Amino acid sequence: MTVTVYVPRDAGALSLGAGEVAEAIAREAAARGLEMRLVRNGSRGLYWLEPLVEIQTAAGRIAYGPVTPGDVPGLFSGGFLTGGAHPLSLGPTESIPWLASQQRLTFARVGIVDPTSVADYISHGGYQGLRNALSMSPEAIVQAVTDSGLRGRGGAAFPTGIKWKTVLEQSPQQKYVTCNADEGDSGTFSDRMLMEGDPLTLIEGMTIAGIAVGATQGYIYLRAEYPHAYRALNSAIAAAYQARYLGGDVMGSGKRFELEVRLGAGAYICGEETSMLESLEGKRGEVRVRPPLPAIKGLFGRPTIVNNVVTLSTVPTILDRGAEFYKNYGMGKSRGTLPLQLAGNIKRGGLVERAFGVTLREILYDYGGGSASGRPIRTVQVGGPLGAYIPASQFDTAIDYEALTGIGALLGHGGIVVFDDTVDMAQMARYAMEFCAIESCGKCTPCRIGSTRGVEVIDRILGGVESERNVKLLEDLCETMLQGSLCGLGGMTPFPVQSALKHFRDDFRPRTRN
Amino acid sequence: MNTPLTPNESETLGRIVADLKGRPGPLLEVLHAIQAALGYVPPAAVPVVADGLNLSRAEVHGVVTFYHYFRHTAPGKHTVSLCRAEACQSMGAEALAEHAKRRLGVDFHQMTADGQFSLEPVYCLGNCACSPAAMIDGRLVGRVTPERFDELIAERGRKQ
Repeated sequence: MTVTVYVPRDAGALSLGAGEVAEAIAREAAARGLEMRLVRNGSRGLYWLEPLVEIQTAAGRIAYGPVTPGDVPGLFSGGFLTGGAHPLSLGPTESIPWLASQQRLTFARVGIVDPTSVADYISHGGYQGLRNALSMSPEAIVQAVTDSGLRGRGGAAFPTGIKWKTVLEQSPQQKYVTCNADEGDSGTFSDRMLMEGDPLTLIEGMTIAGIAVGATQGYIYLRAEYPHAYRALNSAIAAAYQARYLGGDVMGSGKRFELEVRLGAGAYICGEETSMLESLEGKRGEVRVRPPLPAIKGLFGRPTIVNNVVTLSTVPTILDRGAEFYKNYGMGKSRGTLPLQLAGNIKRGGLVERAFGVTLREILYDYGGGSASGRPIRTVQVGGPLGAYIPASQFDTAIDYEALTGIGALLGHGGIVVFDDTVDMAQMARYAMEFCAIESCGKCTPCRIGSTRGVEVIDRILGGVESERNVKLLEDLCETMLQGSLCGLGGMTPFPVQSALKHFRDDFRPRTRN
Repeated sequence: MNTPLTPNESETLGRIVADLKGRPGPLLEVLHAIQAALGYVPPAAVPVVADGLNLSRAEVHGVVTFYHYFRHTAPGKHTVSLCRAEACQSMGAEALAEHAKRRLGVDFHQMTADGQFSLEPVYCLGNCACSPAAMIDGRLVGRVTPERFDELIAERGRKQ
């Protein structure tokens, strides 16, 4: 029997040399006259072990990592095609504790399937959700999503079913399903991993959404910084059309759903839903004033679902295994699981999908193993550049939308960026303002002007110019931006600044000049 | 004054606009296609695109200048993008950026005098568990130390 070897084509794995490893393996096998099948899968999310190579054996998959091209001849000599022992062997992949203790529902197939193969997708439980949905009424599909407790994973945490219900209730007309894949938050990569590693799950989720609300056209709005995801999505969409899971007759139901990918162009603001819709229409990504809601007047003025990649990719599981199954995970009003992304200065970074309720400390130390530098972790920023900095004294907080709001933080898209004790929090606060100034769409004054003033005020504080008065001014400015901005960019940029001021006030002392 | 389009550029532009004008909300698609073909969006392309899509020049100019991704000048032979976002900062991205600027002798948004390298900032490449990250000619690289940066530049310098 031909052995199957898995080498990820995930962008993160490629960034560490997975492409060269795949070539070396193919070369070595050919030189030795050995037959094998090379599958380019997604990443399992254990990035400190990438490139992670897996071999299919009778006893399941055996993992080796991190593999360099120079390790490849030795691996072959050690009999790795039959799962042989080697210093790089990690044993059965599923038994690696970091992975075994996770609760992967949305990420169930990422790193396991061949992302380009509809047949492989189906053999791992794919398209069961759509099959069920096609036998249900639109109202019943929407009800299942509502009952599951699923909330928007892009960061706003709005109940998905409620959004869908609004679109369903609009009179029959051209409606749209749009996927927000403008994953611009630093410290987040779950959308990217999913689109590269299991794109058909997203395609299935969007198809279910279209069937549920009567939308025949879907768009994935993907950031231009993700060329690997762009290729993965396009080849998966082509495969789905080929197998008639997309197009004019989805699974023989007579129902139509068309899907295409549109590229953004490097504007962070286009992750805001109304700005994303403007951009999809080919315009400047300026925020729209709400109401009307996109669910009523969205893309090209039509009723539109706007959901994040992870949200839509969770829908197939819910329709396959039932709302009750999904809802049984989690705590409080945060139901189900969340794919957390552990990033920055961390020893074992990657993708950890767990039910809500796990604590930050468990994620940082049990999974992360502490900082990469070996120094104490001083703070983490959760939820991207608009998220608060959380001090070590609050690491026992649970990963839960309400618990994080309770300490003045936010969960956002689930990215956790770790900083050791060398971090300068005044510089991080300054960066938050600088980033807002670069990325502001310019429509409202508090964001457009406030962010630039924010940088200047912090510079004055650090320069020793009336520092106390300027700290007060910075606090006032934060309040103005928070209350007066049109959208979350200007309205949330104060969070990292205020949290830095609150928890790390000493860092704002005037600097002595060199 | 804008440099006029060459006959080749005009022809490419005409084909792109004709191919894409029928699509819903086509302007971003058109600009992406132009940049993919020419390496940037020449200012002289703006009136042609405006005319082809029945938009005003102001609308097209407004869109071209709104998005960081669209270039207004020809890029260097190689484009090096360095991530400046928080996760990469936590792993030394600021020091790496300073090193890169010194090594190439340019600031962000500039091109080396020999036209070999353009240096661009980017705000997250989604490789945050392998920080600091860079992208060189579309190839993503993780855990970029100053030494690794020099190797990557040297490799490309040799291939010319």
